[in-house]
Amino acid sequence: MEYVLFLISTVLVNNVVLVRFLGLCPFMGVSSKLDPSIGMGVATTLVMTLGGVSSWLLEHYVLLPLGIGFLRILAYIVVIAAMVQLIEMIIRKVSPSLYRALGIYLPLITTNCAVLGVPLISVREGHSLVQAGLFGFGSALGFTLIMIIFAGLRERLQLANVPAAFSGPPIAFVTAGLLALAFMGFGGLI
Amino acid sequence: MFNLARIRGGVHPDAHKDRSSALTIGSVPLPPRLYLPLRQHAGAEALPLVKVGDRVLKGQLIASSPSEMSAPIHAPSSGTVVEIGPILAPHPSGLTVNGIVIDTDGEDRWIELDVPGNPFEESPLVLAERVAQAGIVGMGGAIFPAAVKLKQGTRHEIKTVLVNGSECEPFLTCDDRIMRERAEAIVDGARLIQHILRAYRVVIGIEDNKPEAIAAMRAASEPYGAIEVEAVPALYPMGSAKQLIQAVTGREVPAEARSTSVGALVHNVGTVYAIQQALRHGRPLISRVVTVAGGCVSNPRNLEVLIGTPAQALFDACGGFSREPAGVLLGGPMMGVNLPSLQAPVIKGATGLLALAPNELRADEASPCIRCASCVDACPMGLLPLEMAARARVDDLDGAHEYGLRDCILCGCCSYVCPSHIPLVQYFQYAMGQQDERRQGARKADHIKQLTEARATRLAEEEAAKAAAKAAKAAKAKAAKPVAAPSNEVES
Amino acid sequence: MLMATLALATMGLLLGGGLGVAARKFAVTDDNPLLKEVEALMPGSQCGQCGFPGCAGAAAALVEGNASVTCCPPGGVALAEKLAALLGVTLDAGQMSAPQMASIDSAQCTGCTRCYRACPTDAIVGASGQIHVVMQSACTGCAKCQDACPEDCISLAAQGPTLDTWRWAKPQAA
Repeated sequence: MEYVLFLISTVLVNNVVLVRFLGLCPFMGVSSKLDPSIGMGVATTLVMTLGGVSSWLLEHYVLLPLGIGFLRILAYIVVIAAMVQLIEMIIRKVSPSLYRALGIYLPLITTNCAVLGVPLISVREGHSLVQAGLFGFGSALGFTLIMIIFAGLRERLQLANVPAAFSGPPIAFVTAGLLALAFMGFGGLI
Repeated sequence: MFNLARIRGGVHPDAHKDRSSALTIGSVPLPPRLYLPLRQHAGAEALPLVKVGDRVLKGQLIASSPSEMSAPIHAPSSGTVVEIGPILAPHPSGLTVNGIVIDTDGEDRWIELDVPGNPFEESPLVLAERVAQAGIVGMGGAIFPAAVKLKQGTRHEIKTVLVNGSECEPFLTCDDRIMRERAEAIVDGARLIQHILRAYRVVIGIEDNKPEAIAAMRAASEPYGAIEVEAVPALYPMGSAKQLIQAVTGREVPAEARSTSVGALVHNVGTVYAIQQALRHGRPLISRVVTVAGGCVSNPRNLEVLIGTPAQALFDACGGFSREPAGVLLGGPMMGVNLPSLQAPVIKGATGLLALAPNELRADEASPCIRCASCVDACPMGLLPLEMAARARVDDLDGAHEYGLRDCILCGCCSYVCPSHIPLVQYFQYAMGQQDERRQGARKADHIKQLTEARATRLAEEEAAKAAAKAAKAAKAKAAKPVAAPSNEVES
Repeated sequence: MLMATLALATMGLLLGGGLGVAARKFAVTDDNPLLKEVEALMPGSQCGQCGFPGCAGAAAALVEGNASVTCCPPGGVALAEKLAALLGVTLDAGQMSAPQMASIDSAQCTGCTRCYRACPTDAIVGASGQIHVVMQSACTGCAKCQDACPEDCISLAAQGPTLDTWRWAKPQAA
């Protein structure tokens, strides 16, 4: 039960995109169509979950024992980047069709601030290994949820008769702001 | 009882039928020139059989059909062929179409008609072929070759033949008048079609706002048990094949399917009359009844018109314009198209010519969609016109297609009811046109690809043949050499 | 200080070595599968109107992003849309030039057969000493016949709309 609450809190209440404002570049960049945003969401979920676990291991078995906690950001980036590369290679070999669906997003994820930010927050909160994994997975789930909602909204926006000055990114930002307001409503949930 | 036959949606536009339906079918003086487009039907253009300067007789075949999906054209009156080439098409684009122009000689002399024997003793395919030879197409406006439909009897089981006398478009009364005045011929034609298609029953569907026509058809069909006359509710678009089938048989034609899939086939009363004329009297389709109406016509009425008569002659026969019309339409006000000029000729599919006053035309500025869903309620096909139009507007053709553009019958109910005056049906026409263009392009690309590949193999074969010939020559020369060599030695 | 340097260096070495091994193990040998798909879409008439040597060249350029999806006039809007969907680029259909068609001036044609031998799609029919004719249904407007004609009697022009190609315009309203 505790873990379920933990998951809900990471997905909805402390949503990584709209409450913590991490991972905004893919949120605006890849969300114009539903299919790519689902692909992006799935790829991110994969990377973030593994990233959460591996950075916890790195933290507790390498950085803390050696007393080099100040290298945290650098070390995380290196590990996550290497992991993304590895996943990309494996997917490319094993499933070319999945590679065509996800492959182009994987290199993008390396530079996704949410992927780095989530393990950093996790460390600050002093999570256990299970909690760290769950935190990564839950954040990614929240990210995917937002991507899908926002892509759906933007697909509808394409059909709307938006004034020329607002069409394109401006109206998307306005929508994103409204969506963030809506997610504030989850604040008192847990 | 459960009202299974109730059709979805539909609208009730003002009928405006009283004036033209009150008068008998009139005639038009023989025009000096007849303009006959070579394509008055769905399908391939007919091939002219006459030359400039040829004298033709009324009913003479002047253009033959190159394929089954086409229809031949006959001379509507006797005279001389004066031109074969582009003529103004009765089409909203104002473009030209290849056609034959006949200078009439005023004699109106018939060619000797080959009057067939009792058609009920002939086989269905022979009769269908005779209908094809008579150049008959769907006269309710669909212009689909009638014989193609009649041949469906060999491929599908046709349970019900529907004779479409519903005539749901406002202003138009030509079918109404034909049914009142030529009921017997139509019933005879319906029996012939039943014979051709081997159908179990024939239903003549007439909207209940035409009591005289219903009475006339009931009286004429009295002696024949298999023919029923059914009054269907007056509702636009009852005249659409799918809606009429649903109203009469209670069965809905599935999406993207044809009427034959529910065992029904629909023919317009005008077409049935033309088929009867062809099979009983051997007369090809050279004239039709056209409604001339609208607020700007002095004496609206129905006229029996030779195909190829310019529109101006019809309006003149109705006393001309009482005032300058705001628009001249070919067909009804719901689905009709703007006539580019009064010189454009009447074709086989022309149901009406309307000269409309400004108050009969819609010219309101469109406002944004308010999502009232009036169009959804009105759509007789059960589609979502507002969603389809939103996608067509941003050129999302696939999206519009997914939302049901493929099943849209372009009836215009959605545009009619829209409180924001959004030109919904125009968006669908646009989107369908774009889809056609894509399909045409793809077909051409495939064609070109095949040709290129054929050329590549042909060139390779030629090359191989050349190489083989060269090798054979070389081998021959080699074989000849040893014989020649000794002689050389002797000589030296 | 030393510790940090060593730790990072070890990590870099390990991860780099691991990735190197993985790259060997999961090496993908076949070339871009996208290229084949694009090539299959191209008309294949090798007309050269795109400015690349043949359709294979154009396909390669498209995949590398060196050519616009609207570069192929014979393929028309239909091809451009398919390419745009496949390559994930947005299409501005307005850039599409109208397809050109060749036509032969029958008054000048000597029936030399040069044009029909040059035509990559067999769109020209005729025989030696007979006037040749272009079949519009197969012409891609590649202008090869124009170059081959010694009489200079072949012209290229965009076709005006006919009843078959005329389309309803988009309503101008909101």
